[in-house]
Formats: sequence, structure tokens, C-alpha cells
Amino acid sequence: MSPMTSLSASQRLQAFANPARFMALSARLLAPLWAVSLGLLAAGLYYALFASPPDYQQGETVRIMYVHVPAAWLAMFGYSLMAAASAVALIFRHPLADLCAKSAAPIGAAFTFLALVTGALWGKPMWGAWWVWDARLTSVLILFFLYLGYMALWAAIEEPARAARAAAVLALVGAINVPIVRYSVVWWNTLHQPASVFRMDGPTIAPEMLLPLALMALGFTFFFVTLLLVRMRAEILRHRVRALRLARAAAGAED
Amino acid sequence: MTRAFFALIGRDLRLAARIGGGGGMAVFFFLAVVAVVPLGVGPDLNLLARIAPGMLWVALLLSSLLTLDRLFQADYEDGSLDLLAMGRLPLEFVAAAKATGHFLTTGLPLVVAAPLLGLMLNLEVSAFPALMLAMLAGAPALSFLGVIGAALTVGIRRGGLLASLLVLPFYIPVLIFGVSAARAALFGFPDGVAGQSLALLGAVTLASLVFGPVAAAAALRANLR
Repeated sequence: MSPMTSLSASQRLQAFANPARFMALSARLLAPLWAVSLGLLAAGLYYALFASPPDYQQGETVRIMYVHVPAAWLAMFGYSLMAAASAVALIFRHPLADLCAKSAAPIGAAFTFLALVTGALWGKPMWGAWWVWDARLTSVLILFFLYLGYMALWAAIEEPARAARAAAVLALVGAINVPIVRYSVVWWNTLHQPASVFRMDGPTIAPEMLLPLALMALGFTFFFVTLLLVRMRAEILRHRVRALRLARAAAGAED
Repeated sequence: MTRAFFALIGRDLRLAARIGGGGGMAVFFFLAVVAVVPLGVGPDLNLLARIAPGMLWVALLLSSLLTLDRLFQADYEDGSLDLLAMGRLPLEFVAAAKATGHFLTTGLPLVVAAPLLGLMLNLEVSAFPALMLAMLAGAPALSFLGVIGAALTVGIRRGGLLASLLVLPFYIPVLIFGVSAARAALFGFPDGVAGQSLALLGAVTLASLVFGPVAAAAALRANLR
């Protein structure tokens, strides 16, 4: 029996709290993750742009959906990941948890921005307006503000440990917005389309459209995770550089 | 503990009375915003009457955001915040006392000033009771949600603007329900919409009475260690 399987689950999780171990593991994972992400995105784009039918009402403009919907899903996934990592950081003091949250924020913000922009590009031909102030769009805009505020708070506090704890509190307070975004089309009368994939009665979307949508969503998710690992590695290296600089400054001050 | 809680509120009120608690400055800012709105949108009285409830609420929000800075900054700088953190009163109650003091010294004066400034925007007198009721129901939420932003940015140089940016997303539900309650009385919305909006506004305020101090205490602990 290998040594790892004789440990409990929490012990195994703590084994990855060691940044050096995380660096080694992520270095091995990056190449396969890149391959899977780009492969899924390529397949998804092929099906989305060429091999799927146009909508009977919207025609070819429906193809924006294959970017807009997965981007919106990833925007919410990103904030949920940030909130979960912040909770782990505050409760269990896992050393990589706040790095994970800090790394996830810009990626999630970018996907939110992508969702808003592709939504506007889709809304102009469909609804006749670049932007409307209905519940879904307003709550996603608030999600974008929450991401930006989170990143601003990290940047404003100089000491990393203090910044991590304050930002974790902010992420948890803002987590209330994610269910509001999810159910905004249910609770309010909105112009935006109600849920048609993740519903209790099953998806109402055609299977020929569901396949490219699922491929793009999976591709985006793997892309998110790959970028997350790249950013976390960069954060760990940044920490090391900072520690080296501080040590050199202290040594220099003694001369 | 109750005595400590009220003593802290009393301290804030006395400080505000002697040094100036930001209430006067906040009302002045309220007046300034209300004054520039007609300069921006034009003096058409009908237009002003239509946008008056919304603009008054926006000005109330901005004025409240301005004064968040003084919730913890002065105490942080002279060390009283460390003493309070080490004292017997739990940090959650410290934050709640600060938020209550902010409401009494800044929120209430703004709410009292609102109808008078509404006259400048041609707000109909019949709308005054609904507006004041909505603002009274929402102003505590502004203080108790604002204390979160103030606690997150305590000790950051010139962190006032950052606190405002962090708190603004949480103010938006208060704004939406507050304006809905104020406008419903004016514009003949279907029966019950005003009451609904007021009830939701009250719910947001009540929730903020609990979550605000808890989150603010967690943020204070993060920043003070």
C-alpha cells in the first residue's frame, strides 16, 4: 500500500499546503491542462461556428450564445471559487487558499467583462438596445463591481497577510450576489431569457445546440483552471521575490 | 455590556457635537449635489419632478458614502481602536455602536433635510411622507452596510474612496427598493407596490443590522492583527 493512501483526506489536503509541493505538482499538470483546454475550445468553436444549426428565429446571430453563455457561467463559477477559497482561508488557514482566491479574481473579472460585452453585442440586433437595466444585467454588472473592488482591496493593502484576510472577508460578504444573479430571471420580470439549460425539468435547448455549448463551457472551465494554476505559480514566485528583497534590505541595513 | 455599548454611542455623539461629526458636511454635500442636478439636466420643472425621488436617493447614498471614512480612521490613528478591540465589548458590538452613531449623526440629518431639498427639485408635497418613510427605513442600512467598507479599509492611506467603491454594490438594493417605495406613492403604481418595496427595504435594513457588524468585526480583526 502506498504511503499516500494510508493518510486521511484532510491530511492529504494538508500535504498540498506546502508551496514547493504545489509548484512541483502544478508544473506537471500544466502541459496536459493546456492541451485539454485548447482541444476542447477548438472542438467547441468548430461545432459552434460551423457544425451547428442556425436558430429558426435569430439566424446566425445565435452563435454569440456559444461565447456569451459559457462566459457568464464562468463568471459565476469564478466568484463561487473565490468565495469558497476565502472561506477555507479564513476558517482553516490553508496557506494556498487566499492565493487561489487572489489568482481567480482577475480571470473571473475578465469572463464577466466578456459576458457583458458579448451580451451587448447580442442585445443590439435582438432587443434593439446595447444595454437595458433589467435584473439579470444589473446583477451581473454588480458582480463585475464586486470583482473590481476585491482586486482593488488586494492592491491597496501592502502587507500580504493582512490583505489576504481583509479580502477574504470582502469576498464572503459579496457572495450573496451569486444566487441573486442565478435567480434574477426567475424572481423578476426581465427581458433576458430565463434559464434553459440548468432547470429542474431538464434543458429546453435543442441537442444540436447543447453539444457545442457544453464543449465551449468545458473548454472555458479547463482554460480557467489552467490560467488559475499559472497565476498561482506566479503568486508564489512573487512571494519568494518579496521575501528575498526583504532579507536583502535587512542584511543591507546591518552593514 | 449594554452600558458599554451605549457609552460608546454616547462617546461618538459627544465627539460629533464638539468636533463636528460629519453631519453638517454631509448635509452640505447633499445640498451641493441637489443644486448641480438641475444645472446638469436643465430647469424643466416637470422633468425635475419626475426624477426628484431617484436623485434625492442617489444624493443620500453619495453623502452617506462620503462620511464612512470617519467611522474608524480617527480611532485607528490615536490607538483607541486597539483599546476597543482588547476591551470586554465584543468587536461586533463595537462595530454596531459605531454604525448606530453614524446613523444618528449623519443619516438622520440627511433624512430630515431630504424633503426640504426635494422642494428644490420640485418634488410634490404629497410625496413627502412616502419619501421620508422610505428614507427612514433605508438609512440605517446605509450606516450598517457602510461600516463594512470602513472596517475593510481602516489604516489604508486615503482609503476613503476605496471604502466607497467597496460599499457601493451593497447599497444598490437599498437604492432600488427605496426609490421604488418613494415613487410608488407619487406615480400611482398598482396598490401594494409601495408597501412591498417598503417591506423589502425593511428586510434589507434588518439583515444589515446583523450582517454588517459581524462582517465589520471580521474585517477589523483582519486589519488590526
